Amino acid sequence: MSDTAVALPRPAGARTLAWLQNYGVYAAIAALIVVNIVITPHFISTENLRTQLVQVAPVVIVSLGMALVIGTEGVDLSVGSVMALATALIPLYLGYGVGAAILVALVGGVAVGLVNGSLVAFVNVQPIVATLCLFVGGRGLALVIAGGRLKDVHDTTLLDLGSSSLVGIPLPVVVAAVLTVLVAGVVRRTTFGRQLVAIGGNRTASVLSGLPVRRVLLLVYVLSGLLAAVAGVLATARLQASDPSSLGLLMELSAITAVVVGGTPLTGGRVRVLGTVAGALLIQLVRATLIKHNLPDSVAQMVQAVIILAAVYAARGGTGR
Amino acid sequence: MTTEQATADTPVTQDAYAPSRRDRTFGLIQRHGATAVLVLLLLVGSLSFARFPTGENLGDIAITSSFPAMVALGMTFVIITGGIDLSVGSVFALGGVLAAYAVRWGTVAGLLVPLAVCGVVGLVQGLLIARVRLAPFIVTLAGLLGARGLLLSISHEGATTYLIPHGTVLARLGQGHLFGLGYPVYLTLVLFVIGGVVLQRTGFGQAVYAIGGAEDAAALMGVPVARTKVVVYVLSGMLAGLSGALNAARLSSGVTILGTGMELDVIAAVVIGGTLLTGGAGSVSGTIAGVLLLGVIQNLINQIGDLSSSYQQVVSGAFLAVVVVAQTYLSRARRL
Amino acid sequence: MTDPVPEQANAGDPPLLEARDIVKRFTGVLALDRVTLSLRPGEVHALVGENGAGKSTLIKVITGVHRPDEGEVRLAGRTAGFADPLDAQRAGVQAVHQEIGLVPDLSVARNLLLGREPRRALGLIDTRRMHQTAARTLESYGVRVDVRLPLRSLGVGAQQMVALARAVSVDARVVIMDEPTSSLEPREVETLFGVIDRLRGQGIAVIYVSHRLDELYRICDGVTVLRDGRVVHQGALADLDRLRLVSLMLGRDVAQVRSEGVTRFSGAHEASGRPVLEASGLTSRHLLDDVSLTIRPREVVGLGGLLGAGRTETAKAIAGVLPLDAGGVTVAGLPVRRGSATAAVRAGIALLPEDRKAEGIVPTLSVRDNIALAALPRLARAGVVSDARIDRIVETFMKRLRIKATGPHQPVAELSGGNQQKVLLARWLATEPKVLLLDEPTRGIDVGAKAEVQALVDELAEAGLAVLLISSDLEELVEGSDRVVVLRGGAVVGELTGDELTEEGVMTTIAAHTRENAG
Repeated sequence: MSDTAVALPRPAGARTLAWLQNYGVYAAIAALIVVNIVITPHFISTENLRTQLVQVAPVVIVSLGMALVIGTEGVDLSVGSVMALATALIPLYLGYGVGAAILVALVGGVAVGLVNGSLVAFVNVQPIVATLCLFVGGRGLALVIAGGRLKDVHDTTLLDLGSSSLVGIPLPVVVAAVLTVLVAGVVRRTTFGRQLVAIGGNRTASVLSGLPVRRVLLLVYVLSGLLAAVAGVLATARLQASDPSSLGLLMELSAITAVVVGGTPLTGGRVRVLGTVAGALLIQLVRATLIKHNLPDSVAQMVQAVIILAAVYAARGGTGR
Repeated sequence: MTTEQATADTPVTQDAYAPSRRDRTFGLIQRHGATAVLVLLLLVGSLSFARFPTGENLGDIAITSSFPAMVALGMTFVIITGGIDLSVGSVFALGGVLAAYAVRWGTVAGLLVPLAVCGVVGLVQGLLIARVRLAPFIVTLAGLLGARGLLLSISHEGATTYLIPHGTVLARLGQGHLFGLGYPVYLTLVLFVIGGVVLQRTGFGQAVYAIGGAEDAAALMGVPVARTKVVVYVLSGMLAGLSGALNAARLSSGVTILGTGMELDVIAAVVIGGTLLTGGAGSVSGTIAGVLLLGVIQNLINQIGDLSSSYQQVVSGAFLAVVVVAQTYLSRARRL
Repeated sequence: MTDPVPEQANAGDPPLLEARDIVKRFTGVLALDRVTLSLRPGEVHALVGENGAGKSTLIKVITGVHRPDEGEVRLAGRTAGFADPLDAQRAGVQAVHQEIGLVPDLSVARNLLLGREPRRALGLIDTRRMHQTAARTLESYGVRVDVRLPLRSLGVGAQQMVALARAVSVDARVVIMDEPTSSLEPREVETLFGVIDRLRGQGIAVIYVSHRLDELYRICDGVTVLRDGRVVHQGALADLDRLRLVSLMLGRDVAQVRSEGVTRFSGAHEASGRPVLEASGLTSRHLLDDVSLTIRPREVVGLGGLLGAGRTETAKAIAGVLPLDAGGVTVAGLPVRRGSATAAVRAGIALLPEDRKAEGIVPTLSVRDNIALAALPRLARAGVVSDARIDRIVETFMKRLRIKATGPHQPVAELSGGNQQKVLLARWLATEPKVLLLDEPTRGIDVGAKAEVQALVDELAEAGLAVLLISSDLEELVEGSDRVVVLRGGAVVGELTGDELTEEGVMTTIAAHTRENAG
């Protein structure tokens, strides 16, 4: 073993995989956009872009929280149920004003996060199992709260959240962008962010280095719950209805896909915030492209399945050795 | 030779590990909690609602539980090996659509086509997990999407609903009754008996437990690890497909939107039944208790009438949490 | 039992197992250098050596886990190129590992008979017969338990006996035991020895790996001492006295011990004042037995002892990561909350772990992030880290410790072992600790880096730190420490200072007869 510290030479295949893992998402997005400009009429229209971005905003927000959780080598299956819970809580408290209703919805998300985080951090339950409890129970609770009914939301202030724009950019997109910047800042610039990736990268070493492992884990799940609740509020505003039976269904899968496709390894130790956003965008773009060309949703799903497997395979090859 | 002497003087009896009362309590909750609560609920239900203990109502619980039960049987095998199969909900729906599609060629085709196709879905997943060594969680997540995509393309994006004509043998398989219980209930019981025997009394069953308990040790003891894993996912796919096919037969059509979220309900039932999600321990009898427990809760909530059926999810979520915490304390005590 | 090797009866006692000129390299590093080992039927052969000497690599080559780069393994006179451990097992080479290679959640009987269960009609397992067979087999090993219970409900000793019984009952011809007694009670050890005697009588050859000298001398016939991948001694154990055996293992010739050192340690420091670290009565079942020690500022205290003596455990107990049954630690007179690594770090205790990869570096992070990790709270204001301050600290330490990397942003996983070790040292120094616990700080790093790390340890002690030094390199231990506490079996068996502090002195203390194991 020599002490000259240069990067060990890696076989070309592994390097390609590593490159794909790091930049594959962006390359794929760029390629798709180019292809679309050529083959899809009206692709570049503002209207189309707005629709796409508004649709993807909640997924992006949930995925940000999921990326943090996966960074600690965990997973949060309860995000879809949290969205349902948030949407169920809103109509109940709209009477006290929009601010109060939103606050209660967010508190609901935080509460779910606290339960998840406590199970993971203090009881040492595997994340997938811990969050499964509230995946099952959370939506039930939402339906119980809502009396199992879909409720129309008429509060104009709330509806504005879903439909109004800020300098031409739809508000949900603005919120998603601001949250992306915030989460990126948290990961890069805060003690908490640095500690969470370290815990995911090597838990034993983190314990030995005196990191507050339990506290960080708890907070990570709380943040994931909070972000999912924000997404629930925005989705409620956009749909102009509170529908806890269907809102956020399969959201956990979309979010995990976005995170993995974005280059965050499931084994933790790394959080790629921009990559996660790109992952969500890529999947949205693939779907939109296929649908615009009258290719059915079924094909879109199968393509998404292939993308996930490819991303995991690349991740394994890129960091596996 | 000192052997006799050593044997006589210094027997190594077990003394180092004496389970505490708390550990034993948790152990009991884990293994028999579901059964105990099930019995309790049956008692409470019978005392509280006149309509609950009727043959018709119990038969209803049995038939509605039989479909998730078959899926849960496969899931039990998967989870005991330390894996997970998220694709079963989609595969369940796929099985139903395929059965309704293929029944035009006869009942045998109506059963064999879903079994074969769903088996192949399981095979692909199993190979990716066991040979390419990708995480089961992700592979079956992709399987969930892929299988649903497949079923949508068969049903023209859900626009076409294939029917299973009344009077066909397949329809009768799903709808027929014997002594007040639907045929699928008997089939489920037979499958569980076979599953139990396979798990307890065959080399394959031993391999399943050994892999989940300690994969490296199992490999060193000569267990065919990769092969066993592949078979387990194939089994899970086939059972989910069969369950979907019979369910379609019962409903007379291959409904495309079924099975969404089913995978996690099934996993919950398996875990409530005492199978450790970390693998290595569990039983099919526990699984049947877990499935029935969820079914009875659902039924009781319906009995109460004005209560939303969503309470079932709340209760099963809470119960799951209790079981999981008990399991965790148990395995922690074990590690010391 | 008949002789299991009837083929070559003419040569009297031909070797049953032979490893000839085995060479094994790992990414260029020579792990085994022409190692030869041969076992006769019925021989119990001791395989000894410190960590990294090549014992486990040799065992892995013999059991088919690794393939040798050169040389061959022969079984009963025939070349045996085992493809994998299973292949070796089928040929009759069985290993009983330290971490038992069984499935804890399966029942005792199923573990014992996995793959060989008695069957009945339809190929189904005959549970009743399985339980009877298992109970009978185990009884002959002195284990009387309910074989239907899960294996984990047994004591460690009984579990090990089950593993042994399984290994032997599959027509074993060679049994390899890796530290079989490390977690056994004395009377369980007796039972084990009874079993080994029986194997000997059946003509089975045993390779016995252990660091407990008493045991080696009691049951082994021959001995092979490995060091740095080479055989440094081979022969009958009876011809080798204890002190000589220890000196061979530690790589210090008794005659040469007096020669001047080549380490970079400057010698004694002026230890001063009250102890910074006081550990008293540290006790943890099977691992530590009432270990107490103190370290003053500017003092380097060495921990001596063979592998498994409790050195690492002592360090981990002080750092709050080993659960304790009794005992406590104070830093500068203030008690540290037991069992909390966070509290220990806050009190100023820093542990440089033995296993850099598993317990030290965070491989996904850069050099910079690895260095800043433990000191983050003090480099941040209101939870927001200051990049400028981190950069300054990282730059300072990279320069001061001469960490060779392409830059602070290079992934730490790409650095050499020595530089990774320096990164970890930097991580701790950035927290300005009072007590530094160094567990094998120079293992696995090259000579140049080793000297640098040694000089650094010296410098840090000079600067007022209290240092605990664990090293299997006896020379490093003696030269680097002002005082050496010797451990054996998890307990303190001696302390050497001043003139007594010589390599010979340490070895003599280690080699002294233990009373508790004699009966």
